[in-house]
Amino acid sequence: MQLIYEQSTPGRRGVKLPASDVPGASPLPESLLRAERAGLAEVSELDLVRHFTNLSRRNFSVDTNFYPLGSCTMKYNAKVLENAAALFAPFHPMTALLPGGVELCQGTLGLLYDLGQLLADITGMDEVTTQPLAGAHGEMTGIMLIAAYHASRGNRDKKKYVVVPDSSHGTNPASAAIAGYEIITVPTAPYGDMDLELFKKAMTDEVAAVMMTCPNTLGLFNPHIKEISDIAHSHDALMYYDGANLNAIMGKVKPGDVGFDVIHVNLHKTFGTPHGGGGPGSGPVGVKNALIPFLPQPRIVMDDEGILQLETANPGTIGRTANFFGNFGVMAKAYAYIIMLGREGLIRVSEQAVLNANYIKERLKPYYDLPYDMTCMHECVFSASKQLAHGVHAIDIAKFLIDRGYHPPTVYFPMIVKEAIMIEPTETESKATMDAFIEVMIEAAQAAEQNPQALHDAPLTMPISRLDETKAAREQKVCCVG
Amino acid sequence: MNDSHYCPHTPEEIAQMLSTIGVASVEELFAPIPAELRAKTFNLPAGMSEFETFGRMQQLAGDNTPGMVNFIGGGFYDHIIPAVVDHLSNRAEFYTAYTPYQPECSQGTLQALFEYQTAICRLTGLDVSNASLYDGGTACAEAAMMALRITGRNKIVIDGSVSPFSRQVVKTYLFNLDVEIIEIEPLDGLLNRTELASLLDDSVAALLVQNPNFFGSIEDFTAVAEQVHGVGALLIGSVYPIALGILKTPGETGIDIAVGDGQCLGNPLSFGGPSFGFIAAKKTFIRNMPGRIVGETVDKNGTRGYVLTLQAREQHIKRHKATSNICSNQGLCALRGLIFLSAIGKEGLADLARLNRDKAEYAKERLAAIAGVTVLQVAPTFNEFTISLPKDAAEVVAELLKTGIAAGVPLGQYYLGSENCLVVTVTEKRSKMEIDKFVDALQSELTAIHF
Repeated sequence: MQLIYEQSTPGRRGVKLPASDVPGASPLPESLLRAERAGLAEVSELDLVRHFTNLSRRNFSVDTNFYPLGSCTMKYNAKVLENAAALFAPFHPMTALLPGGVELCQGTLGLLYDLGQLLADITGMDEVTTQPLAGAHGEMTGIMLIAAYHASRGNRDKKKYVVVPDSSHGTNPASAAIAGYEIITVPTAPYGDMDLELFKKAMTDEVAAVMMTCPNTLGLFNPHIKEISDIAHSHDALMYYDGANLNAIMGKVKPGDVGFDVIHVNLHKTFGTPHGGGGPGSGPVGVKNALIPFLPQPRIVMDDEGILQLETANPGTIGRTANFFGNFGVMAKAYAYIIMLGREGLIRVSEQAVLNANYIKERLKPYYDLPYDMTCMHECVFSASKQLAHGVHAIDIAKFLIDRGYHPPTVYFPMIVKEAIMIEPTETESKATMDAFIEVMIEAAQAAEQNPQALHDAPLTMPISRLDETKAAREQKVCCVG
Repeated sequence: MNDSHYCPHTPEEIAQMLSTIGVASVEELFAPIPAELRAKTFNLPAGMSEFETFGRMQQLAGDNTPGMVNFIGGGFYDHIIPAVVDHLSNRAEFYTAYTPYQPECSQGTLQALFEYQTAICRLTGLDVSNASLYDGGTACAEAAMMALRITGRNKIVIDGSVSPFSRQVVKTYLFNLDVEIIEIEPLDGLLNRTELASLLDDSVAALLVQNPNFFGSIEDFTAVAEQVHGVGALLIGSVYPIALGILKTPGETGIDIAVGDGQCLGNPLSFGGPSFGFIAAKKTFIRNMPGRIVGETVDKNGTRGYVLTLQAREQHIKRHKATSNICSNQGLCALRGLIFLSAIGKEGLADLARLNRDKAEYAKERLAAIAGVTVLQVAPTFNEFTISLPKDAAEVVAELLKTGIAAGVPLGQYYLGSENCLVVTVTEKRSKMEIDKFVDALQSELTAIHF
């Protein structure tokens, strides 16, 4: 397909601007001006609409295809959430920061405050900041809060390490590194969770925090989690909960109850806001009381008269991790989702997410190697090791699925499983959809034995076949020249 | 009973699935969670219908005062959004897709991001762009960390006329990294170049400036770029994309890394987000860029296509050695930015920029004519400027807010000694009538006596 720039005709425009109703200003000095116009597209509105409509049709999406992408919780995004968020489009964030401005923003501040309360109850935390703009941003914020906590107790130099399991998301160690910590990685035991004995050996008083995903990236709930947090706390280390997999446990277990001190929540995963082709996400962070003094500013607090105010000058704060109040539009959608589903609805979400994952796990177990064969939570991780014997890799199975109209599961993650295929169906998929997917997965397993070349050749039905990624990395053509 | 249309199973289907799994109940699947750890309370309210939910959301939106006439900016700007932006970005194939890790079924998102990167490169006059960052403030912080990596030095100098919010974000990001941050107090609302000269040495990784700056002043940083490069440091410039319709580009200026907030490009104010941050740089720095980058390549038949490239920089491969912890981008907001820029177009962006400046100049002239009001700028401005009032600007703003006018950002809370100063923003959306009304309201407020 042509690029929008390749469809340009000099002088053509897609939008008519408002006519000026004021006199023209005297021009700026030449030294401050650009030499040439920015080379943007020059297309009519119809050309523009066709271009982007046709581009959109080259995507798989939740609304068009089953998207069992493990670790990403690609659930259906309710349409009313979009309508709800649009209600708040006109409100300028600076209004709340003006003198007398908070009174004009009680609705938007109220939404953030209420959302914080709801998330605090779901996660078992005492207060939530909505400022972080994505999950990884929440992780970074959370670890900075932990660093501030240790520093306030005179332990800034003493606390040097953050402990993560080897099955953790890459963002965990990357976020801890920004907070200045070195990383200790603990291997996974044959029972599918962080090796408890090795963990005990890794724990010293120099550890600032332990970052866990629970259920972990194998989709398994760690039965030793309380023991792990007790050990961490005995070393004055805090427990960080990566909320990426919260969809499995709502109403069943609260991270705050099992010893976690800080948590981030991915609203775009668990709380049904769309992923937007890679964002915007939103990563509110919940903390226990001991960490409240360090929360980012502005912090939304309720005064004695029930009016929401902004706390902007707390000396203990880590400062700001983003310019305003976070990705408000995303939070409006998540808030609508939570109040619409309510208590029973959210419990059902977790129950059916877990039911669906276990169903797929059982049905595919005869055909694919299941390295950790036990009851899973919201996702299950297979290995394509059986298929590898025929020269077929996880990526080949992924590409075969594309030809059959399925977005592939996550492959090659977690890294501890060779040829990993990580399937997360989510609660919003019907049995019929999953059954059809299972049949195609079985077909892929059979093709691996009988006709591996067919898998290597896939996909054949897309506008492009497999791309030369080495060429892309070598040539680094990241924008259109000319 | 199944009253949730988002969990579609019938009781019969659930029974069949349980039987396949070999358990008697759904509850049994939660057996791995030790009984003593199970939630003792779950106090959420009962659910409601879609209709009731929307009603509650309308109620919350109604609790904000509607219809404010905005003369405030400070990083978020009230610009026009052509209807095509909403319609096209609301196509479900875009907004319900995930990160394009599987390129064959994600060419829509990937090509759009490639076109976005192209737009950012052409706007900024730089060679490479990533597929977007979170927002303008975090983009400043990512650029600062990038400069630390590139130079191997540990000092960042920041012009005090950069947005106080962005400066605070940079400080928060760098707080734990053993980095020295030096802020230069502005002089006449501009970078204090004498002070800069005294600070620059071979320990400085980068200087961060903003153009137009927080006070609205436009500066030419060409000489500063040479000065900064002279000590082997980098120049990071935070820029306003609408202004780049006419202003000298970061590339022409000699800026090494340009960043900014893309809210003004087709994203609603939405109480501060989501928007997107952008980052563009000279080609030599590409391996130190944070976040996702889309690259062009071909498939085995030679057909052109797009993939996420140089992923060896990223957290999912490099973990704690990655160039950033960032995992998502603001894909949909960046797409909106691209659609906005493509709709406005090459000539349109220049026209839009001029329209902003014309409106602001008109407002500036009219406000300056009020007794006791002075324009503080010694430099030219774009669509923001700073005036000084004969009384505390915060009080004036609070009074005008009651009449539905957000008059500007009082500087006192960000700059000590600037209590009487007000930064006024005028975009193309403000009509002459609204500007005149604001001028009248300010005039009467300044002469009013409050008891």
